[in-house]
Amino acid sequence: MEKIAATALVSQSSSEQERKSVGIIRLLTSNRLSMIGLLLIIVWIALALLAPLLSPYSPIEPDVANKLTPPSVSHWFGTDNFGRDIFTRIAYGAKYTIWSGVAAVAISFCVGTILGAIAGYYGGVLGSIIMRVMDMFLAFPALVLAMAIAASIGPGLTSAMIAVSVVGIPEYVRLMYGQTMLLREKEFVEAGRAIGLKNSVILFRHILPNALAPLIVRATLGIGFAILISSSLNFLGLGVKPPIAEWGAMIAEGRQYIVSGEWWIVSFPGLAIATSILGFNLIGDGLRDVLDPRLRSSSGNKKND
Amino acid sequence: MALYILRRLFYMIPVLIGIVFITFFLTRILPGDPALMIAGTEAPEEVLKKLRGDMGLNEPLYQQFFHYVIRLFHGDFGFAWHTGHSVFSDFYTRLPATIELTLASFIIALAVALPVGIIAATKKESIVDHISRVFSLIGSCVPSFWLALILIYVFYSKLNWSPAPLGRLGDSVSPPTHLTGLYVIDSLLTWNIPVLEQALAHLLLPAIVLSTGMMAIISRMVRSSMLEVISQDFIRTARAKGIYERSVVMKHALVNALLPTLTVIGVQFGLLLGGAVVTETIFSWPGVGSYITESILATDYAPIQAFTLMSALIISFTNLAVDVIYGLIDPRVRYD
Repeated sequence: MEKIAATALVSQSSSEQERKSVGIIRLLTSNRLSMIGLLLIIVWIALALLAPLLSPYSPIEPDVANKLTPPSVSHWFGTDNFGRDIFTRIAYGAKYTIWSGVAAVAISFCVGTILGAIAGYYGGVLGSIIMRVMDMFLAFPALVLAMAIAASIGPGLTSAMIAVSVVGIPEYVRLMYGQTMLLREKEFVEAGRAIGLKNSVILFRHILPNALAPLIVRATLGIGFAILISSSLNFLGLGVKPPIAEWGAMIAEGRQYIVSGEWWIVSFPGLAIATSILGFNLIGDGLRDVLDPRLRSSSGNKKND
Repeated sequence: MALYILRRLFYMIPVLIGIVFITFFLTRILPGDPALMIAGTEAPEEVLKKLRGDMGLNEPLYQQFFHYVIRLFHGDFGFAWHTGHSVFSDFYTRLPATIELTLASFIIALAVALPVGIIAATKKESIVDHISRVFSLIGSCVPSFWLALILIYVFYSKLNWSPAPLGRLGDSVSPPTHLTGLYVIDSLLTWNIPVLEQALAHLLLPAIVLSTGMMAIISRMVRSSMLEVISQDFIRTARAKGIYERSVVMKHALVNALLPTLTVIGVQFGLLLGGAVVTETIFSWPGVGSYITESILATDYAPIQAFTLMSALIISFTNLAVDVIYGLIDPRVRYD
C-alpha cells in the first residue's frame, strides 16, 4: 500500500509537469513582447537559412567596382570597402552569430546543470570542491576570462564559442545547485528513495525536470549575453578570420570608415546584433514572467510549488 | 570590526590561490604551445626549444606553478615581446589612462543612475520610469563597441562637437606635468586650462560609452530596491508622522535602498574592465585595455594573462572592501 502511494507521488511529479507546460505555452503566447522576440529570432533564422536564395551577391567575393556605395535599391544596406553587399553578408553572418550563441549556451547549460545537480544532490567534499571552483571562475569578469581562454586556444570561431561557454558554466551550476538542494528534501524524492530508485534515476528523472524552469529562463536570457560576448570576441579579432562575414568582425572591418562618414558598414551589423539579442531577451523575459515562482506567487495565482 | 576584516581576508586566501591557479592553467591545459604563443607562429624550431627551456616548460607542472607564483610575488608578470618591455612596466605607464577613464564612467553612471532610479521608483509608471525601462532594455542588447562607433559618427563625423577619437589629448597640446597621471586632475592641480579642456573633451565620449552598461543595471537596481523599501512599515510610520515626502525618500528610504546596490559594485567593476578593452581600442585610448587588444593581435599572451589575473584580483578586493563597508554601515551582516 505504501509502495503504491509512493509510486503515485513519484509519477505525480511528471504529470504535473505536463499540465504546467500546456499552461505555460498559453501564457507565453499571450505575452505580446515575447511574441515579438520570437518573431525577431524566426526572421534571423530564416535569413540565415535562405541567404543564398534571397541575395544574388556573394558574401565573400570582392566587387571592387562597387566599393563603399551607400544603401540603394540594388544594395539595400550598401557595400563595404571590398564592394561586398552588406545585406548579403549580414544574412550569411546570421548563422555564425545565432549558432555560436545557442551552441555556447547549450554547452554551458548541460555541463553546468550536471555539475550543479551532482554538487547539490551528493554534497560532501565533491560538492564543495565543485562549488569553490565555480566561485573562482566567477571572480573573473566574463569578457576578460573569455578573452583569455579564446586567446590561449588561438583565434577562431570554435575557440570563441568554447570561451563563451566556459564563462557561462558557473551560473548554471549555482542555479542547479540551489534547486537540487531545495528539491532533494521534497516528499516525492523521499518516496522515490522509499521504493528503491537509484540515486541517478531520482536525480535525473525526478529532480532535474522539476528544477528546470529557472534554468531555462536563465539559458534563454543567457543566449543574448553569449551573443554579446562572442561578437565582442570577434570584434577584438579573437574569432573568425576575414573574409568570413561574422557581425562583430564586420563591425571591426568597417571601423575606420565611420570617421570618413561611411556609416552603413558598421550600422547594419550592429543593428543585427542588437535585434537578435533583443529577441532572445524578450523571449527570456516572457518565460521568466511565466515560470518564475516568485513572480507568479506575487501576481496572486499561487499554485503547487 | 578588525576581527571581521581579518576573518574576511582569511576566507579570501583560497579564492586568491584559485585565481592564480586558473590564470596559470589557462595556458597549460588548453591546446596550444605557450612558447609558440610567446615567440609567434613564425619562430624557428631551435628558438622554440630554447624558449621552452627558459620558460621551464620541460619541468613538471607543479614546479612550473610554484615558479609562476614566486615570480608573481616579485612583481614579475612576464615579458611583452611586442613592446619589448616587461608587462609590469607597460601596465605602470598605461594604468593612469585606464583609471581616469573608468573613474569618469563610474561617476557618470552613478550621476545618471541614482536620480533616475529614485524617480522611477517614487513615480512609478511615469515618463522617467518608462524611459529608464526602455533604456535598460536597449542597454542590455546594444554592443558597446557599436554604440561607441555610432556616437563617434554622430558627434565627431557629423556634428564635429567631439574631438577625433584618437587618444587623450589633441596634437596641439602636450600632457600636463605628471602628478597623478590622470590628465584631468593633473591639469586642474597645475591650473592648465587649455589642457583641462582638451582632456575633458577627449574623455567625455569614451566615458559615456563605458558607463552605459553600468548605468542601466544600477538604475534598475536602485529602482527595485527603493520599491521594496518604500513598502515597508518604517516608511509608513515616517509618513504617518508627517515627515515631508522628500525627506522620507531621501533620508529614510534611499539609505536603505542603496545597500543592496553597493553589493553589486564589484561585479560592475568587472564589467568596466572588460568594457575598457573594447572602448579604449575604439578611441585609441592609451590605457591597459587597448594594450590588451594590441597583445591579442600580436598573439602576445603574457599581458593577457597578467590582465586576467589583475582584473580578478581587483574584483575580489573590491568585493572585500564592499563587504567591509557594508558591515560598517549595517552591523547586522557581521553576525552571520
